Amino acid sequence: MCDTCGCNITPGNRHLIEGDGALATTKEGHAAVEVLEGLLSANDHQAAHNRQHFDSHKVLAINLMSSPGAGKTALLERTIEALASELTIAVVEGDLETENDAERIRAKGVPAVQIATGSACHLDAHMVHDALHQLQLDGLDLLFIENVGNLVCPASFDLGHHRNVTLLSVTEGDDKPAKYPVMFRGSDLVLITKEDLLPYLEEFSVARAEGCVRALANPAPILTLSSKSQNDGFKQWLDWLRSELAHYQRHLQAGQTLSPRLAKGGSVVGHTHDHHAGHTHGHHDHHLGHHHHD
Amino acid sequence: MHELSLCQGIISQVEALAAQHDATGVALIKLRIGPLSGAEPQLLLNAFPIAAAGTVAEHAELTIDPQPIRVLCSVCGAESEASINRLLCGECGDWRTRLISGDELLLASVELITGS
Repeated sequence: MCDTCGCNITPGNRHLIEGDGALATTKEGHAAVEVLEGLLSANDHQAAHNRQHFDSHKVLAINLMSSPGAGKTALLERTIEALASELTIAVVEGDLETENDAERIRAKGVPAVQIATGSACHLDAHMVHDALHQLQLDGLDLLFIENVGNLVCPASFDLGHHRNVTLLSVTEGDDKPAKYPVMFRGSDLVLITKEDLLPYLEEFSVARAEGCVRALANPAPILTLSSKSQNDGFKQWLDWLRSELAHYQRHLQAGQTLSPRLAKGGSVVGHTHDHHAGHTHGHHDHHLGHHHHD
Repeated sequence: MHELSLCQGIISQVEALAAQHDATGVALIKLRIGPLSGAEPQLLLNAFPIAAAGTVAEHAELTIDPQPIRVLCSVCGAESEASINRLLCGECGDWRTRLISGDELLLASVELITGS
């Protein structure tokens, strides 16, 4: 979709630019132009480009999001160890300052590119694209993008990744999904982390946390795990990664890609909508679907 | 979130449209924002003059058309209004719904001042 070539004109909106349509003149003599383009369209274009990049190298890209200190890096350390003999992994680290997290990942023998975001509160598709130039994608199976610790801003930016995973540590409280609905509505998997601390936190109810996610009409699986004790939930997380990778590879073979359940950037290969349920509109549908609110 | 950078994006989009239509100025910019987009209308209104300063849209009025949160129930088929963190069917109460309005983050239209 772009402003210049007219590819955003479809049978559904053509009437807006013809006759007395959107290009009509207002009573003040101004030219009224109907646009209906997403405010993040520049990011979404870059995200689609990144996704194409991942797909051409057959790398499943996973965006890890959480509040600061929920255990993203610890989860990655244990995951890399557990899958070392099985999968080739790399990590893009988003951090305000310091290379600490990237160094922890490199200590596990895995390439890590640090994006120092300065005071930026999220990663966007352009930052990830720049980081990809420093990373050898050939031969990789999995790329984790560890987003900036923040439950607000990262939710709005498609990076070109295939799946959103959101961590919620038990020390944060079970109502976080209700407080940060934009983030948790878009999650393809929710990990309740630091399960080993649950005995000390009577006030945290896993069932209540799950209820908050379902109230956002999100059917995503929810796993309760401890990176430290590597409990059953941790093993299920590894199984989820294996099955998503297999799922992704099947899609690539069919000339398609995967997008997170609410991605707006869409996909380049085949433009599929592989969502479990629910809200599945893409860019074009979105515009047309909301005309009745004019 | 980052409403200033959103406004800078709006300005780029509007500048391209203005150039395309040989406009000398921009009178009005209309956005459509739903609560589930993550963008705060009031913060956008605050940030807009900063982003617009010195551009073709410097004197433009920014209006934001807030969008209601509405869901379509996959179980009973009812369409109902919902709240930001309870996207439940208003009829049967089931959570298996599909959002039909409320996550918009759109540049809806602009009014350009043309020489003619």
